[in-house]
Amino acid sequence: MLPAQFDYIAASSVEEAIAAKAEGGDETRFLAGGQSLLPMMKLRFATPSKLVDVNRIAGLDAIEHRNGHLHVGALVRHADIAASGEVSGAVASAAPWIADPLVRNLGTMCGSVAHCDPEGDWNTVLLATGAEVVAQGPSGSRTIAIGDFVQDFFTNSLNDDEMVVALHIPVPSGRSGGAYQKLERKVGDYATVGVAAHLELAADGTISAAGVAMTSVAPINRKATEAEAVLVGNAPSAELFAEAGAAASSAADPRDDVRGSARWKRQVVAAFTQRALAAAAEQARS
Amino acid sequence: MEITININGSDHTADVEPRRLLVDHIRTGAGLTGTHIGCDTTSCGVCTVLVDGAPVKSCTMLAVQADGRSVTTVEGLKTADGLHPVQQAFSDEHGLQCGFCTPAMMLVGAALIADNPDPSDDEVRWAISGNLCRCTGYMNIVKAVQAAAAAAAASNGSDGDS
Repeated sequence: MLPAQFDYIAASSVEEAIAAKAEGGDETRFLAGGQSLLPMMKLRFATPSKLVDVNRIAGLDAIEHRNGHLHVGALVRHADIAASGEVSGAVASAAPWIADPLVRNLGTMCGSVAHCDPEGDWNTVLLATGAEVVAQGPSGSRTIAIGDFVQDFFTNSLNDDEMVVALHIPVPSGRSGGAYQKLERKVGDYATVGVAAHLELAADGTISAAGVAMTSVAPINRKATEAEAVLVGNAPSAELFAEAGAAASSAADPRDDVRGSARWKRQVVAAFTQRALAAAAEQARS
Repeated sequence: MEITININGSDHTADVEPRRLLVDHIRTGAGLTGTHIGCDTTSCGVCTVLVDGAPVKSCTMLAVQADGRSVTTVEGLKTADGLHPVQQAFSDEHGLQCGFCTPAMMLVGAALIADNPDPSDDEVRWAISGNLCRCTGYMNIVKAVQAAAAAAAASNGSDGDS
């Protein structure tokens, strides 16, 4: 299959890429890993008039700790994250479960986040960890909370002349932990159900902050604030995690489809929430 | 747009449309038909090639993205000394049935053992998890990759002694 015709430029700087995007507007797309965009173009679901290839821009491949957060540049591939010693918690837990090994060698975390596929795993992880998206435009850069960035089904809140240049994932100074649970029918399939959990513990061992979010069980990646409210201020326990699991399950809005019934997916949400929270708590205590 | 890709050690320059996929360029442009097209939807992995040593799906990369980079296809595995250890091992261990997924499986295997000289069963299975074998001959594929790793380690060892 051949994509429709398009103009192509390989940008050598972020400024050049943004200028090209500003000129082309909505019909121009950035090309990073291309693991979602190119399949869509081959099927003619996407027919951009111009591609701005950002793969040759230097300095976008950093994955490092900066000022209390993990900085993930626009060209950091999923495989880089899986192999990095810098990542922990839910991010480290999810990385090996993104797509398949071949896709992970090309696909980028920033690209996946910007794509806003409701069945994508990363936005769930970022909702649970409270990450920010760094968007750069012609007049400078701004940070957007992930909850404001993910607008809708395949829709982010970027302006037409903005590019995602990095993600900032908070790294708590105290005790914390996180995990991602994903059920997939086979390697490379979208999640049937995914749940990310992030916990921070206070000095007295109670939960000072909690993040729970879900993949593939709502029209968008859904933060389970109902489950988070159950957790904060309480001591971690199996009973508490079961209660949080029930709250997440009620907040989920899954559909019957080829991957399973809505009723069963709700049960998976409850079980995965408990397991992810238990793993997060164990990590935080160790 | 004019691009130069180092394919299996030789520079290959051509004028291509930006929309040309790397797999088409390798098969039609460079005439190397060992790289197969299976699903053409980023699912099966039979179009796997190594780009700067890393296995990727060449149906999901534009040829222009490979400009200035090194691509290894199955034709590039063989050396002056003969078959690559992974090729010999696939033959010895019956690591193929119909052969359609084999070039990709061998390239993934070669990339794995370049990084990990003694992969476990799980590590091989994990590495090939993006590659489908419709004959379901996975048992012997895993055995073949491990045999190739052992053979490569043995020959590296003897090189070191000499």
